[in-house]
Amino acid sequence: MNPRDQLLDPRLRRVIGVGAVIGVVALCLFGLWGAPPDDRQGEAMRLLYLHVPSAWLAYFAFLVTAIASALFLWPRTRSIVWDRVAGASAELGVIFTGLTLVVGSLWGRPIWGVWWAWDARLVTTAVLFFLYLGYLALRRIPGDAISTGKRNAIAALIAFVDVPIVHFSVEWWRTLHQKATVFNPELSARIEGVQALTLWIAVLAFTLVYVYLLDRRYRLAVIDDVLAEQALEQAIKIRTGDNPGVGR
Amino acid sequence: MRLWREASLVAAKDLRIEARSRIALGQILPFGIIVAILFAFALDPDSGLLTRVAPGLFWVTVLLAALLAVGRSFAVEEKSNARDGLRLTGLDGSAVFLGKMAAIAAELFFLEILLGIAVVILYGVEVNGVVVLLAAAPAATLGIASTGTLYGVLAAGLRSRETLLPLLLLPVLAPVLLGATRAFEGGLEGAPSDAWPWVGLLWIFATFYTAFGVLAFGTLWEND
Repeated sequence: MNPRDQLLDPRLRRVIGVGAVIGVVALCLFGLWGAPPDDRQGEAMRLLYLHVPSAWLAYFAFLVTAIASALFLWPRTRSIVWDRVAGASAELGVIFTGLTLVVGSLWGRPIWGVWWAWDARLVTTAVLFFLYLGYLALRRIPGDAISTGKRNAIAALIAFVDVPIVHFSVEWWRTLHQKATVFNPELSARIEGVQALTLWIAVLAFTLVYVYLLDRRYRLAVIDDVLAEQALEQAIKIRTGDNPGVGR
Repeated sequence: MRLWREASLVAAKDLRIEARSRIALGQILPFGIIVAILFAFALDPDSGLLTRVAPGLFWVTVLLAALLAVGRSFAVEEKSNARDGLRLTGLDGSAVFLGKMAAIAAELFFLEILLGIAVVILYGVEVNGVVVLLAAAPAATLGIASTGTLYGVLAAGLRSRETLLPLLLLPVLAPVLLGATRAFEGGLEGAPSDAWPWVGLLWIFATFYTAFGVLAFGTLWEND
């Protein structure tokens, strides 16, 4: 096992970081001024430039967590690298899921007239949020790297395979009991022109931000491990009296 | 063949402990019934609402009781290093999973029968389609027991297990609650055609997570 202490090559990371900043600035310019207000939704449409990319990244981040967890469980590819990637990605996924829910709710209030609707996509996203909140709580419990890694990986996979079942069951429930009231086709505006361009910028900018943050979070996990190791070494030194500078 | 024999040994052990300690009967069952009574306090019993939402309340109560049963199933392994003892017997991890799962499922099923009687009496529910109920309840119970056993061993031995288990288990069980409630609604209203698809979903969920548990449990069980 040769744990790498940098996820991305530092030069590549810098390029991605600069790209992310440019993307976010461009998104602000286009999202706030460049794109025209929507015919039906008015200014509230601008919230979708945040909502859509965060929803996409939430699902993408959890997919990365699931793949990394599977790679950790597979003995041939087992490496602490995958455990760290899984954890970092899940953390970002929870943040993006939270953002999706909050921004979606802010958008829903003026457009649908309600903060929350019992729509399949909304309910699935909310359950997703709690599924991975539990996963992160489990991750926070310390232990030996391999055994906690296996525990985390299995928990991540249990959660991941639950997502389609949750979505399917909620969708079924809502269609059986009431016809879709909020997602009527009249409201879902067709997106084209500058609006579509802005949405693409948003998705690209968010994805770059995700990759950059994933790398940074990974680095933080490495530093955390080093810190824990050094604290132990220090404690052993003090105990065996090799370090007279401490404890005088 | 050997797998089933080993699994039944583990299940018998767990059920024997429960029969002797009477925790399930003396604490988990009364807990379930008091929750059912509390729902009646929260939702006016005279409005007829209680009868209509009885299936949902029943399954929420079962889920809450299941948290206790799962916690209990792994708490008995903590005492006197019972977990190490069980590991040293050389039983297959999959067999331990199936055994513990079967014991939890049996306890829950027993609880569901008594709680069901209590709900019929307390909420004034009329049962029209027994067949649907009898098809849905075991599937939901196995679904709860399989995911419960998986998360139970994940959280076992951790300091914050009591608080961690509900957070891990309840979101995963969202489809089971949904499916079991809809199936029971169909069964009680005598509209089984609405209920059967949900029964199918429950069986798929149970089969899927049981298979997952058989594959993954060994790794977690040997882990320390």
